[in-house]
Amino acid sequence: MKITLAHGSGGKSTSELIKNVFAKHFSNEILNMMEDSAVVDSSKKIAVTTDSFVVTPLFYRGGNIGRLSICGTVNDLLMRGAVPKYITSAFIIEEGADFDELERIAESMAETAEEAGVIVVAGDTKVIEGNGGIYINTTGIGFVEHDIKSSNTKCSDSIILSGNLGDHHAVIMSERMNIENEIESDNAPLCEMVFELMKNNIEIHAMRDVTRGGLATVLCELAESCSLQFEIEEDKIPSSESVRAFCKILGLNLLYMGNEGKMVLTVPSAQAEKAVEIIRRCRYGENAEIIGSVKEGSGVVSVTKLGAKRTLSVLYGEGLPRIC
Amino acid sequence: MNINEVCTFLKKYNGRDLYFMEICGTHTASVCENGIDNLISEKIHLVSGPGCPVCVTVSEYIDRLVELSEIENNVIVSFGDMLRVPGSKYSLNDARAKGADIRMVYSPLELIEIAKKEPNKSFVFAAVGFETTAPVYAELIDTALEQSIKNIRLLTSIKTMPAAVDKLCTMNKKISGFLAPGHVCAITGSNAFIPLAEKYNMPFVVSGFTAEEILCSIYALVKLQGKGVVKNLYKRVVKEERNEKAYSLTEKYFEPCTASWRGFGEIEGSGTAIKKEYELFDAQSKGIAKDSKANNLCRCSDIVLGMASPKECPLFNKVCSPENPQGACMVSTEGSCFNYFVNNRG
Repeated sequence: MKITLAHGSGGKSTSELIKNVFAKHFSNEILNMMEDSAVVDSSKKIAVTTDSFVVTPLFYRGGNIGRLSICGTVNDLLMRGAVPKYITSAFIIEEGADFDELERIAESMAETAEEAGVIVVAGDTKVIEGNGGIYINTTGIGFVEHDIKSSNTKCSDSIILSGNLGDHHAVIMSERMNIENEIESDNAPLCEMVFELMKNNIEIHAMRDVTRGGLATVLCELAESCSLQFEIEEDKIPSSESVRAFCKILGLNLLYMGNEGKMVLTVPSAQAEKAVEIIRRCRYGENAEIIGSVKEGSGVVSVTKLGAKRTLSVLYGEGLPRIC
Repeated sequence: MNINEVCTFLKKYNGRDLYFMEICGTHTASVCENGIDNLISEKIHLVSGPGCPVCVTVSEYIDRLVELSEIENNVIVSFGDMLRVPGSKYSLNDARAKGADIRMVYSPLELIEIAKKEPNKSFVFAAVGFETTAPVYAELIDTALEQSIKNIRLLTSIKTMPAAVDKLCTMNKKISGFLAPGHVCAITGSNAFIPLAEKYNMPFVVSGFTAEEILCSIYALVKLQGKGVVKNLYKRVVKEERNEKAYSLTEKYFEPCTASWRGFGEIEGSGTAIKKEYELFDAQSKGIAKDSKANNLCRCSDIVLGMASPKECPLFNKVCSPENPQGACMVSTEGSCFNYFVNNRG
């Protein structure tokens, strides 16, 4: 069955779509009230973030737009030291989209939300003319445990990366170019590792998820916000052999590839080893590494394995469009 | 000799100034990304040459693509790098913003499925490239013929390297040796550069693309000074003889032609054009030669010849940046200016 404009009319077809897809999978006390807005409790400072997801293809090895739309927003909350609690989901669906695919997307969102400990408390659906595309916006609310800010990084901090770079980018490119390989997207919520770091009293100075623009872009932004220099060692950067080979064949630079389940953080160097051990014990963190340190100065300097130093800049140009 | 000894030798080199040109955009990118110039003596100068296909394409070619995009039902299909290159007035991205149907692909062969799905549209592929890409365009024509697909044409600006390097040697007298293009040589064979090595009595070293491979090739270029020889250090990919399989496919549909290069002007026998009997696939590529600048101060023409470094251009990092490119060399990921800019190479 295909989605038609009638499903967005606000009438019977719309309520059937909501009932059979969204209410079915997202069911919870707050959402089930079906009021015009959700009313939720809070005794803490709250973090709010919003993100729209336009990835193509909708399904790829290791994930889909639904899982992505939960992970992206949940991870943005976590990076500010917030515990993700509530999420809203707004769908813009082009007519011709497949009903079963939409349901699989909703199902995957529900599973990922459960994994991340959030509930979907509000939603919206619109159907527009088009060619079967599906776009999702999610807004997330979290309760702030520790106010973590990019500008908090201190000189001599260690820089930690939570795992292999490039998987998501490589998967999306492979799908679009019909290249067969074993690479899977890293599409994941980072709750466990962030909670474990906090529980073990690791003093996280700054934390960012490494998404579009890649590690180099994120590090440039971090360095700028604390007015210090980030120095990384290129051969410490974790990546899988398949992704490295993929980059070589297509002339891609690992440092600029997008990810959807990786974070970079700065911690006092005395705590770095312990922090890496904690992350490695968590789901999605087994390849975490200390990749460098923070120094006086500015910008991001990368030391190659032959000892040459070069300055890294943010991603210029288009990168890969519609990766998330 | 191990890589550390090679590095020590290159760092300590204190002879006469040497100027080595890399003529492959992938070499330019690798030199920049690996900070190779920090690992060698200041007396060894690495100069980028005409190795980026987008950079050596004349502006009239972009203008012609923009014109074609304005015709109803036409769709321009291109590699991503091409979209932002300024023509004399507009880029393909400007045309797209005005409503033209312009699509980006990663491989020309993707066009087969696209063209089949939309039989009422007429597709024009922006076919730029060197010896390496020509066989893929031949395969595109081959497949289109086999499947009777009639709505595909190519606007070609396909170039071949040896004749251009020949002309470059007459224009830029500073060069003391070439890092020969690894990918191009995989098609032409390393022997293709022997006549040039002998004519100009300078070494050509065929190099791979890792930092170690490039450093070893630079070492070989230093050691081979004064010798007109070709040395192949990329033997796992490059043979002495040309790749017959690639050439037989290319030569079925294409023939040599005079081509116009930015910075060089017209060079006889430096291009590849669709043969007369397959002209139905040609979107009238002949005669495209004019090159005008979007910005008069742009030095792209000198930069592709290695006569100026990107930092000698008055626009570099001022008006001209990857966000606001004034010339093709700042657009392409293989362009000299782009690579110097993003890697802060000095």
